[in-house]
Amino acid sequence: MKALPPGLVSTPSLDRWIGLSENRKIVAYTGKVEIGQGLLTALRTIVAEELDVAPESILVVSAHTGHTPEEGVTAGSMSIETSGAALRQASAWARRLLIDDAAARLGIAADQLAINNGEITAPGINESLDYWQLYTGSFNFEIRALTPEKSPDRYRLVGHTGQSRIDVPAKATGAAFVHDASAELHARVIRPPSLNHRLTGINAEVTSPGELIVDGSFVAVAHPHEFKAEQLAMTVSANATWHRLDAPEANFDIDETRRVRAAAFPILNGTPTLTPPTPINTAHRASYSRPFLMHASLGPSAATAVWRDGTLTIESASQGIEPLRLVIARALRMEDANIEIRHIAGAGCYGHNGADDAAFDAALIALALPGRKVLLKWSRADEHGFEPFGPAMRMELGADLDDDGHVLTWTHDVYGFTHVSRPSPHAPGVDLLAARLLQQPLSHSPPVPRLTPEVGIHRNALPIYAFDTQHVTKHFIADSPVRTSALRGLGAQGNVFAIESFMDELAHFSGTGPDVFRRRHLGHDTRALAVLDAVLESCGGLTGNRGLGLARYKNRQCCAAVVVEVSVDENTAEIQVPRLWIAADAGRVIDPDGLRNQLEGGAVQALSWCLKEAVTFDTEGVVTSRDWESYPILRFSEIPEVETVLLDHPEMDPVGAGEATVGPTSAALANAVFAATGLRVRDLPMTPQCLRGVAAQ
Amino acid sequence: MTTFQLNGHDVQTGEEERNTPLIYILRSPSIGDMTPKLGCGLEQCGACRVLVDSEAVYGCTLPTSAVQSRHVETAAGLDTPVRQALIEANATQCGYCLPGIIVTAEALFRTNPHPSRVEIAHVLDSQLCRCGSQPRVLKTLTELARK
Repeated sequence: MKALPPGLVSTPSLDRWIGLSENRKIVAYTGKVEIGQGLLTALRTIVAEELDVAPESILVVSAHTGHTPEEGVTAGSMSIETSGAALRQASAWARRLLIDDAAARLGIAADQLAINNGEITAPGINESLDYWQLYTGSFNFEIRALTPEKSPDRYRLVGHTGQSRIDVPAKATGAAFVHDASAELHARVIRPPSLNHRLTGINAEVTSPGELIVDGSFVAVAHPHEFKAEQLAMTVSANATWHRLDAPEANFDIDETRRVRAAAFPILNGTPTLTPPTPINTAHRASYSRPFLMHASLGPSAATAVWRDGTLTIESASQGIEPLRLVIARALRMEDANIEIRHIAGAGCYGHNGADDAAFDAALIALALPGRKVLLKWSRADEHGFEPFGPAMRMELGADLDDDGHVLTWTHDVYGFTHVSRPSPHAPGVDLLAARLLQQPLSHSPPVPRLTPEVGIHRNALPIYAFDTQHVTKHFIADSPVRTSALRGLGAQGNVFAIESFMDELAHFSGTGPDVFRRRHLGHDTRALAVLDAVLESCGGLTGNRGLGLARYKNRQCCAAVVVEVSVDENTAEIQVPRLWIAADAGRVIDPDGLRNQLEGGAVQALSWCLKEAVTFDTEGVVTSRDWESYPILRFSEIPEVETVLLDHPEMDPVGAGEATVGPTSAALANAVFAATGLRVRDLPMTPQCLRGVAAQ
Repeated sequence: MTTFQLNGHDVQTGEEERNTPLIYILRSPSIGDMTPKLGCGLEQCGACRVLVDSEAVYGCTLPTSAVQSRHVETAAGLDTPVRQALIEANATQCGYCLPGIIVTAEALFRTNPHPSRVEIAHVLDSQLCRCGSQPRVLKTLTELARK
C-alpha cells in the first residue's frame, strides 16, 4: 500500500496545490523551482494528465513564500519524485471531487461520465458541465487518504512526445531572470580578497545619487544607473584596503595528515556508523581524487530586495526560499512573517551556488536604503571566487580477486569535506556569505558529518555490485580551507568515478572485458543489466577507444550507463570526446525530451569537470581562478555527439535524473583514455599536463 | 549623442553615454531589451552578444558610440528560423546563454545558410553554456542547416 506523498502530509489542503481560475485555467502550485531542468513543464504534464485537460490550460505557480506549499529545497534530483507525486495525487483528488459533484448534479453515476479538456459529459445526455462551472472558488478539502490515480495505460501525455518548455520562449526573447527584474537602484558588492580578510579602510567618496553601504567588512554600492553602479564598485574596490586575519598557510590538499585526522564512519547497512573501522589489506589498491570544482553559473548570482512598510520583499534564484526566509529572519532579527521571498529564475544552478548569499546581500543593502527596490548582481570575479565550491575528494579503493576473476573483498575509503552547508533553520549558524563579514558578525555553522544514507561524501560510495565482502568507510575532514557545499551529484561523482575506474582496472588485471566483468558482479540487478545492455547495443560495443561507466544514483534512483569515445592527440596530449552514449532507467518517463536534456546536460558537465576544471588558490587561500580563462569549461567544438536511450517503466514511480550521469560519465572517460592509450588517470582533471605526468610514471 | 537602429527602430542616446558599454544602454529602463545578458564583462562567455550590421559582437565592452548609424539586433528582435528552431527543440536548460547563442548562430546562418556541425561548433566557441545543452544546440542547428 502506497503512503500519502510527504508533501501532502505536511500541506494537506487541496486548495494549496490546485485551484481553478475564472479564465478557464487550472492553477497548480509547487514549492519546487525551475532551475533549467524543465521541472515546471513536467509538473504541468502530470497535472494535465490526471485532470484530462490540455497542458496549455494549466498555469504552474512556483515557490513563493506564503503562496505555495512548503517543499523545502529543490535538490537531490527529487522534485519529480516528491512534488510530482504530491501534485499527481492532489490532481486526482480535484478530479474526483469535481466529477462526484457533476454526477450528483446530472443524476448519473460518476463512472459513467467522460472528461474531455475539463468538460464532463455522459452518453445519451445532451447536458454537460465543466470544471469551472462546478468549482465554487475553493475545494475546501483536506487530503488525508489516497484516491486512485489514472492508470498509466491510459496516459496520453505522460511518457509521450516531449512538451515545449513553458519557460523557454521568454528566456529566448525577453526578460525572464532575476537579473532582468526592474529596480530603482542597481547594487554591487565589493568583496575582500578572501573570507579570511577584513576591511582596513576605504579612501573613496561616493556622492548622491550613488550610495555606499559599509557594515564591518560588508561593502556595497548602489546607483540608479547600472553602469554607474559598476564604475562605483570599481572605484571603491580600488580604494579599499584589507588585512588578513591570523591564519596558517592555506592547505588545499587531502594529505596524509588530514586523512589520519579525519573522522571515520564505516557504512553498515547503508548508514555511516560510529563503529571503529577495521583496517583491511588487499592485493589490489588504487587511489583517486578530484579537485575543488565550481558551479560556475553563467550569470553571476543576483537578487532583488526592498524594505518597505515593515516588510522585506526579496526576489531570489535560491533553490530553497523557505529555509532561506527563516535564516534571513534569524540573521536580521525579524519576524518570519515580515519577509517574503519569491523565486525567479537564475542562471544555471547545480546545487548550492551563490543565489542564497546574493539574496542576503540584497537584503542588507535594501535595509540600508529603505523604500527603494535594489537589484544586486555579483561580478564574474566574485562569482568564481566566492560561490560555495564543490569539495575536493580522495577515494582509496582496494580489492582481492579469486583465480576466476571474482571480487572476494572490496574496500572503499572516501575522504573529503562537507557537501552540505546550505542555509538552514536547523543549523546553528547563519550560512550566508556576508554574515561573517558584518560589524557584528554572525558565525557560520561548523561542518558536521552527515550520518544518514547516501548523503554528501558517501553518496554512491556503496558499489552497485554484489560483492561477497565489502568495507566502505566515509572519512570526514572538518577543517575545510574553503567554503564548500552541494554541487551536482555531491559525493556521487567522485565515488562513482573511483568505483567504475577500479572495476575497469580489475577487469583488465583479470583479462576480462569491462562489460563482462561488471555483469559477473551485478547479480540479479535486472534494471542495471538492462541499461548496460542498452548502452552497448546503442554504441555497437566497446571498441579500442571507448570506456564504460555505470551507476544507480544514490543506489535507489535513476540507473545510468554511459559509454565515452575518445581520441587522444599524441603530440599535444589533448583528449577529445567525439561521441558519447547514454542509457538510463528513471522509472516512469514523464517527459522524454526533458529527461534526455537532463541526462545529456549531466554528462557534458561531467566531461567538462574531468577534462578541464580545478579551482586554484594562492598560499593565503585567495582564489586565483577568477574568470573563464583561469577556470576553463568545455566549449562547443569540444562537445561530443550524444545518443541517449530511455528505458521507460510506466508501471513504476518516476525518479529524477539530473545527477545520474555525472559519475558514470567521469569513469567512462577515464576508462576510454586507458583503452586508447594504456594510461590510467586517477587524479582529475585529465589535462594534457596530467596525462603527461601519468605517462612519465 | 548616438543614434542607431535597434531591431528596426530608431534609438537615440545621450552624449554622456557615448562610452557606456552597449549592453547597459539596451537593458536600461528606457529601452528595456533584456535579452543581452551580463555574464562576465570580459568577452569570454558570449552571453551579451548582439548583432551590429549582422556581425556578432560583445555588448559588454562595445562603447555605445561605436554603433552610431548602425543596425543593432538582439535575440528579442531576431524572429528567425534560428531562434524558432532552438526554442522548438528546447535547446537550452537554464536559458541564460540562449540569447547569445541565437545571436551568434544567426550571424553564421546569414553568411553561410548551410554550415556543417564543425563550422557551427567553431563559430559557437565564443559562447559558453554551463548546463550542457550544447549537443542539442548543435543537433538543432545542424538539422536547420540541411533545410
